[in-house]
Formats: sequence, structure tokens, C-alpha cells
Amino acid sequence: MNVLPRRLVSLLALILLLAGCGSAPLRGTGDLGLVIERASGHVTLVNTSTRTAYARIGGLGDLSHASVVYSRDARYAYVFGRDGGLSKIDLLEARIVKRVMQSGNAIGGSISQDGRIVVAQNYTPGGIKAFDAETLELLAEVPAEYAPGRFSKVVGLADVPGNKFAYALFDGDEIWVSDFSAPTRPVTTRFPAGRQPYDGLVTPDGRHYLAGLFGEDGVARLDLWQPEKGVARILENYGRGQEKLPVFKMPHLRGWSMAGGRAWLPAIGRHEVLVVDATTWKETARVPVKSQPVFVMASPDGRQVWVNFAFPDNGWEQVIDTLSGQVVQTLQPGKAVLHMEFTPRGESVWISARDDNRVLVYDTRSFRQIASLPAEAPSGIFFTSRAARIGF
Amino acid sequence: MTASGRKCNGHRDHWRLWPGVRTVAGLLLLFAAGGVIASEPSPQRQQQLIHMVRQDCGSCHGMTLQGGLGPALLPASLADKPVEGLVATIIFGRPGTAMPPWSRFLAEDEAHWIVNRLLQGFPQ
Repeated sequence: MNVLPRRLVSLLALILLLAGCGSAPLRGTGDLGLVIERASGHVTLVNTSTRTAYARIGGLGDLSHASVVYSRDARYAYVFGRDGGLSKIDLLEARIVKRVMQSGNAIGGSISQDGRIVVAQNYTPGGIKAFDAETLELLAEVPAEYAPGRFSKVVGLADVPGNKFAYALFDGDEIWVSDFSAPTRPVTTRFPAGRQPYDGLVTPDGRHYLAGLFGEDGVARLDLWQPEKGVARILENYGRGQEKLPVFKMPHLRGWSMAGGRAWLPAIGRHEVLVVDATTWKETARVPVKSQPVFVMASPDGRQVWVNFAFPDNGWEQVIDTLSGQVVQTLQPGKAVLHMEFTPRGESVWISARDDNRVLVYDTRSFRQIASLPAEAPSGIFFTSRAARIGF
Repeated sequence: MTASGRKCNGHRDHWRLWPGVRTVAGLLLLFAAGGVIASEPSPQRQQQLIHMVRQDCGSCHGMTLQGGLGPALLPASLADKPVEGLVATIIFGRPGTAMPPWSRFLAEDEAHWIVNRLLQGFPQ
């Protein structure tokens, strides 16, 4: 009679011991993310369920204009620093796993459909570089040499199906698509785009690559299902010959522009969001907004589009209701609003206010601020829900 | 100072059409700058200007000013460029490029102060 309870006690002790050996309980990463702290080379790791920061990591170099992509298991974040640093961060162990200096001046990156290749887009030397996602070893590079001896800054890099990457050449006026089916031997196809493409996006289905043009009024569109048809122009001459307003910060494009079967795009030099039907690619509306839009970002359900603005109106945020096509809310979240990111299903949006050293969380239904987290000069906010999206 | 600023702004449309205006405006700016040494921006304003250059100019030129979509603004990259041309670029922008005019936010003496600091190595 006494033997059994004693065995049970030792079994329980063993279980407790084993549980104690693990450093942390098992968990997923679906509600995690990170915030770039641009001035100090740190990132703050955050949890969107508890709306708290759970770790802070330094030593990441120059993170001004840093961006992040996630491994397909959503455990690792690849951080592309401005100084060309590429760092792989483990969100669960909250540490840098690997870090390489891959160029002199970089602005972002993307990850392949199969998750095996991480590609950085570089200003200096202009081009893209592909790395093994596991080891960060260099696999291949494609210099953006658009004319003999002339290299372009690369913008708008986005992964597209087939382990391909689409990107645009700011100085070369072209869109390039590089096929990494053989990761060490990429094959590149070139398309004329129009003057000074400043950023690009891939539609969430991976079909269309759009490059916004700075040097002329319009957007270049490449149908990746039928690339042989070449680049078509949409929103041509949207400025209608009127003099442009000065642009004090370049807008950013990404696949979040699509909502309700339409693309919501920042105008250049006009205080408008341009709306385009994503079937006919014809302009359907223009939404007047407070200033030069920078990020025009649809909520995951496509019901709202949140817009922030260039200097000197970067303290404002406006929300467009996509059903009515009207601005329904104007907010002042803080000083120097640089970025927004929706939680995976969009019940809240996180907003970075650089000069207030805070990240603010808003409820997307009530527009009330529901949390505020300290962060040193926060810029980009990146949640792991990006891991499963085409074009990120 | 303000008067000469207005005059330069008034020339803005001609600026694109007639390159000679650049020289005239440059001289005006030089003249303006000449009278400025005594009226350096206040320490508080200097802090605002430093913040603006690092953060807002930095969105194209890089926070460390090593260049981005816009060119580097480090002493070595600016050394061979005339000061008045750099001041004019800040105030009037550069048509045909992504550089906008900053005259709404900066007086010419402030742009001149920024250029001088850039040439020396910009404060943190």
C-alpha cells in the first residue's frame, strides 16, 4: 500500500524536474513581432496578445530605414539594416543567431516562396544579394548594372511565386524579375518601367507587380502571369499637368495596398490617395487627405485604409472607410508617426511615434488608444503574420 | 534677411528656365550669409536643425548622412561643391530630382549654418 504513493511522488518529482529544465514553456510565435528602434540599433520584441514588450536586443548597427522579413515558421526575423547589416533574430530565444555585413547601404529585403533564400536590396553597390536563409551564406548576387558601368539603386524588392523576386531600378527606370529556381544561378528578365520608380509592391495573389513612379505621373504594372505582355501603365497622367507639391518624404508601397478589389495608392506631389480597380486597372476615385501620404495601409479585412504623412504633417493619421471612400477619422497619435502595423486579424493597429519615443496601440473599431509602449525612436513595426504573405 | 528670402522665393519660377538666376540667387545667398555670422541660430534652434537634418533629411540621405535615395552628405562627398550652391539646393530644391525646396522650414542663414556644419562633419 505504501509503495504506490511513493512511486507516484517520485514520478511527480521527475516531471517537475524535467519541466524545470526547459528555459521557457513551449509557445508559438503567431502573436509576436518586433519594433525597430532606429537611432540606437535596438529592436524591441513584442507580444500583440498581451500588448507588451518581452525583450530588447541591441548591436544591430544603423537601423534607420530598417526592414524585416520572417522565416516561414515565423520564428526567425531577418533584419536588414541601413548599413548593410543582415541579422537573423530568434524570437523565442530573444537573441541574434547570425549577423553578416552584406553591403554598404541597404534598404530592405524579402524571402523566397520556399523560405530558403533571403534577398537584400542594396543602394550601394546597387543590386540584390541572395543568402541561404539558414546560414546567411551568400548564394548569388545580381548587380543592377542597367547600362555598362552604371549601377542603379534597387527599390521595391518583393518575392513572387516560383522563387522569383521582382524589384525596380530607381536610376535605371526598369523593373527586373530574377528567378532563383537555381539559387546560385539566378536568371534575370528586364522590363522598361518609366521614370524613377521609387518603390514597388506585389498584389497579395502574387500576380501583379506595381512600381510607383516618382519622375512621372503614373504607376507601372507588370502581369507576372503574362510577363511577355510587358509593362502597362496605370494612373497615367494623374497629376493632369498640374505642378506637383513638394514631397518631403518618399511614400512606401507594399501588398497591403489592396482592399475590397481595389488598390489604394499614395499620389506623388498631391495630397490624395488614388483608388484603382484591381480588375480593370482603371482609376475609380481619389480621396483627398491631409498631406503627402507615406504609408497607405489596408486593414486585413480590407474595410479600412490607414494613412500617415510626410514631414511636416507626420503627426497625423487618417482612416479611410473603403465602403464609402471617405476619410472617417483623423487622429494625432504622436510626434513623427513613421509606421503602422495591423495585428494579424486587424482588431488593433500599432503606430510608432518616433519623437515621442512611444508605440501606440489603437482599437480599429472605436479608434481609441488602448495601449502605449516605450521604445527609443521607434520606426518600423513588423508582426510575424508577414511570414505567410506573398510579396513580403 | 527676411526680405532677401522673399526676393529669392519670388525668383523661383524663373529658376528652372534661366540658369543664370542660380548665380544671382547664389550671390544673394552669399550676401545674406555674410551678414549672418553674427546671428547664428540660437542653441535651441541649432538642436532643432540638427534633429531635422538627421531625421527628416535623413529619410533620403540616411540618418548617418551616408546617402540613401539621395546622395551622401558627408564632408568628403561635399568638399568639392561650392557652399552657395549647396545652400541654394536646400532652399530651392533641385527640379527633376527628388530634392524638394525646404524654404518653408528654413531661413537662408539656417541653411547656410547647416551647410557649414555638414562640411565640418555634422553634429550628432
